[in-house]
Amino acid sequence: MIAFFILLGVIVVLVGWVVGIYNSLVGLRNRVKEAWAQVDVQLKRRFDLIPNLIETVKGYMSHERETLEAVTQARAAISGAGNMPDRMNAEGGLTAALGRLFAVSESYPDLKASTNFLSLQEELASTENKISFARQFYNETVMRMNNKVQMFPGNIIAGMFNFQNEEFFEVTDEEQREAPKVDFN
Amino acid sequence: MWEQIAANRRKSFMLVIVAAMLLLVLGYFLGEYFLGRGYGPYGMVIAGIVWLVMTLVAWFQGDNIMLSMAGAKKIQKEDLPILFNVVEEMTLASGLSRIPDIYVIDDPAPNAFATGRRPETAAVAVTSGLLRRLNRDELQGVIAHELAHVRNRDIQLMLFAGVLIGAIVILSEVGLRGMWFGGGRSRSRRDSGGDGGNAIVAVLAIVLMILAPILARLIYLAVSRKREYLADASAATFTRYPEGLASALEKISAAPQTLNSANRATAPMYIINPLKKAGKKAGKKAGAMAANASSTHPPIDERVRILRSMSGGGYAAYEESYRKVSGGKGVIPGSALKEEAGDETSRATAEDSGKRPQKESSAASQIILARQVDDFFYRSAGYRMIKCDCGATLKLPRDFKSPQAECPRCGASHSL
Repeated sequence: MIAFFILLGVIVVLVGWVVGIYNSLVGLRNRVKEAWAQVDVQLKRRFDLIPNLIETVKGYMSHERETLEAVTQARAAISGAGNMPDRMNAEGGLTAALGRLFAVSESYPDLKASTNFLSLQEELASTENKISFARQFYNETVMRMNNKVQMFPGNIIAGMFNFQNEEFFEVTDEEQREAPKVDFN
Repeated sequence: MWEQIAANRRKSFMLVIVAAMLLLVLGYFLGEYFLGRGYGPYGMVIAGIVWLVMTLVAWFQGDNIMLSMAGAKKIQKEDLPILFNVVEEMTLASGLSRIPDIYVIDDPAPNAFATGRRPETAAVAVTSGLLRRLNRDELQGVIAHELAHVRNRDIQLMLFAGVLIGAIVILSEVGLRGMWFGGGRSRSRRDSGGDGGNAIVAVLAIVLMILAPILARLIYLAVSRKREYLADASAATFTRYPEGLASALEKISAAPQTLNSANRATAPMYIINPLKKAGKKAGKKAGAMAANASSTHPPIDERVRILRSMSGGGYAAYEESYRKVSGGKGVIPGSALKEEAGDETSRATAEDSGKRPQKESSAASQIILARQVDDFFYRSAGYRMIKCDCGATLKLPRDFKSPQAECPRCGASHSL
């Protein structure tokens, strides 16, 4: 009789333990999703700001057709990207193209004096920051998730219920890691 | 990061328990002394009621009291887009679920604070003096520090701790005064041939009334300083750019003005102690140490040195730098360090931070931000803003009666 109760106790504790780990894994997976949603919101926001920017800049920078077109094309590449890695590469391309545009704009004093342009520039620069901060937080959350999935004892439960490692958001293209060069002369 | 919040919760719980016990013991002896032998438990009940009432008031009114005491005005994104953006950026970096309400205080002394018992109701407030003085990176550092207080649940902790200390101070004060004026039933009992135990109770009560407030305040200050270091470390982790906060702290401490609206109760909430400018002048090591033990904040130059000698932007880097500069044991909870260990991405993003586009435009945005601050306070003071074609903006006070206004830059006249 006593042995039965001991066994029952052990089973209850064991089940409770498994439930606890399972729930924390689900919680983490949801947190990863939420963190990704934050990144996505900022990427979309940048996407929506571009036409406005091109419209504002066009009149001042008639000599910079190529730079402007590069931005428009980079934006189009995002809507064309099918899978996730492609899209991330396209987003990286847009970051680089925008960087070049703002670097070139330094040599247009009229443009720099336009309040419309200045507020757009602040919006876009801030959106860039938000993307990178949201990415930073996303990667942190992914690391927590992956630690839990890979480390003992989480890995047993993760294996039983098919929890996967999450993907880090990294800029893969080496070229895109380079910041745009700014010439101050 | 999340383990650290949990550790913080445990610590605040322990602190509340210790201070609550101190309060109850104090109540017991006050009861024994004033209400008569054997009435100690009633004293405990009274102490408990005082504490409960104060906690409820602070819990439901704390945020409002602090903001209205400081004369803070709430802003929307259109009012100060740069400030709003910086707060939104740091919200994302800290992983808070909601952008805090943003308030501005019209005060030339540069300072900032955060309030809110829960992250969902949090608010940050900055002074106009701060906005006029800092560039974007520095502002980012300050806001990161404030949101770190929110995220680390420091506001909750300091609220509970502050209330407990307040209750202890009030009870001790009332008790000492009562004793001075010869109150208490114990004396009449002694007159009618009472017992020697009364003398012991009286001595214990006096000792407690003198020591308890001091002890409570020392606990509170030690915790407060520790939270400041931790908030600095979190800020550096959010921005991956410790220099921003370091140079902001320098600018803030170099400003000659003192904040009009701050007092002892609200002081620990600010990014630097708004009351003590004298602490810096103490100079001598002993004086500085005494000032340190009685301050809510660690010395600024030490905070700046720690931030400056960090080798990256994470908790481990802060811990290492703290040990080097202060020579003491670390300040970061072990759980936070353990969690960060092996975090390759934190190092990768630290590398990135030098390449962020914000660095070049930071100085330019400082001018724009200062102008936005001016405009905001002109507008809220009832000024009329008229845009002139030459790009200047005319600011007309409410009692401006003339039908025509002349632009000071190009001379064009505007009819109103």
